[in-house]
Amino acid sequence: MSLVIDNSTPFILLQDKGRFGCRHLGVTQGGALDWVSMGWANWLLGNALDATVVEVGLGAFSLTCQRDGVLAIAGADLGATLDGQPLPAWGAFRVRSGQRLEFAHPRRGVRAYLAAPGGFRGEPQLGSVATVAREELGGLHANGKALAKGDQLHWQGDALQMRDMPRAQTPDFSADARLELILGAQIGDFSGQSLFDAFNSQWTVDTRADRMGVRLLGPKLECRTQSMISEGIALGAVQVPPDGQPIALLNDRQTIGGYPRLGALTPLAAARLAQCLPGATLHLVPTVQEAAHQEHRKAVAGWWNV
Amino acid sequence: MSTPQPRIEVASIDAFILRLFDRIDEANMPWMLAAGTRLRETFGDALVDLVPSYTTLLLHYDLQRLDPRQARELIAGALADLSPETCASGRSHIIPTWYDPSVGPDLEPLAQRKHLSVPELVRRHSEREYQVFALGFTPGFAFMGLVEEALAAPRLTTPRKRIAPGSVGIAERQTAVYPVESPGGWNLLGRTPVGLFDLDLPGYSLLQAGDRVRFEPIDRAEFIRLGGDDTPLESLQ
Repeated sequence: MSLVIDNSTPFILLQDKGRFGCRHLGVTQGGALDWVSMGWANWLLGNALDATVVEVGLGAFSLTCQRDGVLAIAGADLGATLDGQPLPAWGAFRVRSGQRLEFAHPRRGVRAYLAAPGGFRGEPQLGSVATVAREELGGLHANGKALAKGDQLHWQGDALQMRDMPRAQTPDFSADARLELILGAQIGDFSGQSLFDAFNSQWTVDTRADRMGVRLLGPKLECRTQSMISEGIALGAVQVPPDGQPIALLNDRQTIGGYPRLGALTPLAAARLAQCLPGATLHLVPTVQEAAHQEHRKAVAGWWNV
Repeated sequence: MSTPQPRIEVASIDAFILRLFDRIDEANMPWMLAAGTRLRETFGDALVDLVPSYTTLLLHYDLQRLDPRQARELIAGALADLSPETCASGRSHIIPTWYDPSVGPDLEPLAQRKHLSVPELVRRHSEREYQVFALGFTPGFAFMGLVEEALAAPRLTTPRKRIAPGSVGIAERQTAVYPVESPGGWNLLGRTPVGLFDLDLPGYSLLQAGDRVRFEPIDRAEFIRLGGDDTPLESLQ
C-alpha cells in the first residue's frame, strides 16, 4: 500500500490521457481535463507525461502516506499541505510514511494533478484507466467510481527524477483566459453581429460546468441552423443551442450531437478552460487549424526542451 | 443513387467532418461503410477515431504524425473513386423483446394515440428490419431506423430520470435499445434481456453501424428465462 484516502468527493478521479479508438461505439474520451498540468505533474517525476494521475477537483481531499517516496503536484492551487505545512502548487516533494497530504479548496484554478513514481496503478479498460462515472468505466475499481475514503492507491515504480518546475512555464490561472477557437464549418451560418460578438465580448463561465462541457454566458448568438442531423463531436467543440449561449464540450462529452458549432477550442484552450471556476471571465480568439497545429507542436516540444 | 461528393470540413485541431450526404437514407449505408474501410486502410496507425453518423464521418487523426494539410490530402485520396460496399458487411441480429406495459410504459398510450391495438402496434414495430445508422448517447446505444411513418412519435416533453437497461423505445422515426441505466426521453414499448454493451463481447458493442436488426416479440416467461430483469424502473421515479 502506498497512500490511503481519508477524505474524498465525486470530483477526485484517477485519470490519464483517456480512451481512443472507441468513439464509434459511443464511448466517450475521458481523461485529464487539464492535460497540460497532468503532463507537468508527471514531468516533475520523470514519468511518461500521460502516466495515471489523480485529478483533484476543487479540493476537500486528503490522504495518508503509507510508505516513503516522492510525489508531485501541478495545476490549480488548492492550498495543498503536507502535515499542515504549505506545499507549492507546482513541484515534486518527498513524503514519509505516516505523513498526511491535504488539498483544501481552490485559491487559483479548479483542478490539481497529483502524480506518483511511474503513475498510479489501475486496471485499464479500453486502453485507459480514465474514470467516467456516466459510463461506469475506469477508476481504481474499474467501475467509473470516484476515489473514496478508504481506497488505497499504489504507485508503479521508483521516482526516476525530482525536477524543478521551470518558472516561465507556470501558467497564470488568475488572469482572464484567452481561448483560441478554430473556426468550424457552420461559422457562415451565424449572423455577422453574432460573429462580432463571439470574438469581441467577455464571456462568463456558468455554474453549469462539468467534465462534459462548460456553458458560457454572454451575448445571445444567432445561427440560421437551429439543429442538424447528429454528427461526431470533437474535443473542444463549441456548440450553440437555440438559446444562443455556447457550450464548450470537453473530455466526457457525448460522442455525437446535433447543434450547430462555431468551431472547436484548441486542446491548449480546452485545458485552460478546465481551470476556470464558475464566474470566471474569458475571451474567445479566432484561429485556423494550421496555426493552431504549429502552436500545439511547439507547446508539446517544450516539455522535451526544458 | 449518384456517387456522393464528400465535403471535407474542419472540425477541430486534429479532426475533419466528412459530409457525404445531406439527408438520412438507408441507401447511404453502403457508401458510408466503403468510406470507413478506405479511410481506415489509408490512415493506418495515424487514425485515432472514426465516428460514423447518419450522413457524416468524424475523422480524428494523430496530430503528432500528420499536419492538417497531409490529413486532408489523405482523406481526399481515400474518398476518390469510391464505390459502395455491396456485400452486406454488417451483421443481422434478432433482439427478443417483451412488449408489455409494465416495462414499456408508453406502449398503451402510444397505441391509443395512433388508433391501433397494442398487438397491432407490436406487430408493426417487430415486422420491420432496421438499420443501425450510428452509435452514441451512451456506449452501445444504436440509433436505428426507419420506423414506419405511422408509428413515429416525438420524444417525451420531459425525459425520464431513469430508464432500465434493455428498454426498447421509439423517437421520431428511430428506434433504439438503452444499453445501460440512464435518463432518456424515448417512448418505451418493452424490454429485451439481451446485453448491448459489454467489455467481454467481441467488439464490445453488440450492434455496430451498418448492422441490421429485427425485434422478436417474446412473453414474460421467455424474457425471464433469458435472464431479463422485469423491475418496472420507469414507474419508480
